[in-house]
Amino acid sequence: MILDISRFVETERPHWTALERSLAWLEVNPQARLTLSEVENLHVLYQRASADLARVPEGELKKYLEWLVSRAYAEIHEARERKRFRPWRWVTEEYPRTFRKHWKAFQLAAVLTIGGVAFGALALRIDPEAKSVIMPFEALQGSPADRVAKERERKGQHMEGVKSTFSAELMTHNTQVALTTLALGMTFGFGTIVLLFYNGVILGAVAYDYVHGGQAVFLMGWLLPHGVIEIPAILVGGQAGLVIAYALIGWGSRVSRAERLRIVSKDVVTLALGAAVMLVWAGIVESFLSQYHEPVISYGTKIAFGVVEAALLTSYLAFAGRKA
Amino acid sequence: MSESLKIRTPEGIEFALPLAGPVSRMVAFAVDIGVVVTIGSVMQKVLGPLGFFGKDFSDAIRIVTYFAISLAYMALAEWLWRGQTVGKRLLGLRVVDAGGFRLEPSQVIVRNLMRFVDGLPALYLVGGIACLASRHRQRLGDLAAGTVVIRASKLARPDLDQLLGGKYNSLAEIRHLAARLRQKVRPEMGAIALEALLRRDEMEPEARLELFGDMARYFKGLVEYPAEVVEQVSDEQYVRNVVEVLFRSQSEKAGARSQEPGARMR
Repeated sequence: MILDISRFVETERPHWTALERSLAWLEVNPQARLTLSEVENLHVLYQRASADLARVPEGELKKYLEWLVSRAYAEIHEARERKRFRPWRWVTEEYPRTFRKHWKAFQLAAVLTIGGVAFGALALRIDPEAKSVIMPFEALQGSPADRVAKERERKGQHMEGVKSTFSAELMTHNTQVALTTLALGMTFGFGTIVLLFYNGVILGAVAYDYVHGGQAVFLMGWLLPHGVIEIPAILVGGQAGLVIAYALIGWGSRVSRAERLRIVSKDVVTLALGAAVMLVWAGIVESFLSQYHEPVISYGTKIAFGVVEAALLTSYLAFAGRKA
Repeated sequence: MSESLKIRTPEGIEFALPLAGPVSRMVAFAVDIGVVVTIGSVMQKVLGPLGFFGKDFSDAIRIVTYFAISLAYMALAEWLWRGQTVGKRLLGLRVVDAGGFRLEPSQVIVRNLMRFVDGLPALYLVGGIACLASRHRQRLGDLAAGTVVIRASKLARPDLDQLLGGKYNSLAEIRHLAARLRQKVRPEMGAIALEALLRRDEMEPEARLELFGDMARYFKGLVEYPAEVVEQVSDEQYVRNVVEVLFRSQSEKAGARSQEPGARMR
């Protein structure tokens, strides 16, 4: 198509410039609300630029107009609601509601982990030699009774001067685990399932080892204070991963895969943030409380602390933000 | 695998966004790692006085801030700069919504959370393979978030004044030769000449001389003008005159461009 290009540019340019100016303004002020006449004006300019785009030949001018139209298109055809992030509302309503909305995914994550626990315990019962394979941490290789005796002796003094650092390491490591479990949802859930099960296997093996060694009380005192927050947090990461996987697979769904992922993305972000916040708390508890054993802090106190935490967490996730 | 993302608007207009390849994205990512490390070391200096509360406490703060920066920098930058980080800015890349809409904060966070799987097992192998295999060059994070990375370097408006010469056009004066020129020049050739004029400032001086020399020779070969008309005209001016003859409506005289809206097209 040959057209009188210079005249075309000359007549149309003022409109392009006007559109460019309103777009620049909108992009800097995303929260701004336009009046009806402003919206109409923007729409007219957008349609004019679109029409111009359809007429120009390939080349620089076309690229420029494509860029202009694509920006205007984004502003005009955007229908998603924009909400401001309100931390208090997020804590009291959004997170627990999102958690309940995907309750089934959480259940599945929990079942997988429990299955792992059973497998780990069983494996160690059948083949005690498997301990070195299953448990990757050197601290857990020895016999539980020895460890308990040692812990009693050193009274948590080994933690002096490194508590905060240890706590920070725990937070970052656990957050990484939770977020990896989440991200592996993109493997159609396969990676998430494997990781959840594997976490369960370690947990089950350790638990069996201590219970079998007659150190059940020590184990509970050691694990409960941070575990009742940390394990659910990892499960929430797995829950989010399974939500992604479900959206990817989309059984019986009529909307496109991209659309399904778009729908769940906000919930995934909410769950990820929730897991991270829980892990910060768990990291503090693990470093400042869990590493102290009898006689410094009685097992009873630690277990009670864990039970109270578990009760609070459960009621928070179950009831916070429910509509009356 | 297409090299551009085509979006068709409800108005029936199609526009294309050029997609970025894995290599430029890798380079941008390397730059961003450098930025994270820099911010981290600056934070370490800033947080130095915390050593007052003991080494343990300051170490803890350092670990947590570094982790938070490495996790949040990309998402924060992409959100605040509308899909760009420092690395992406340098490389002229931009993250956009795959449907052409505005980028949502949740999309930015999701695509960055997925780095945990795209980065597996090492050196972004998963992400790189996904990027090569997917239709719109998306890594898993892009697929999950519904985003694409485009090349956005050509965002400046072309210098349209290049076209509006307004100078005396000796070629248009001789009507019958101008008509023959319109008849003989193929539309593609005219478009190439127009494009060359639009981009003339981007060329190296020698390349520019050579290109317009070739073009002028080609046009001169098609329609022979009397020597006195062309002798004082440079090659580039010659091509410009040809383009003006080709693209300007016949009924109009040079220098008498009207300003009224709704210009007709021929």
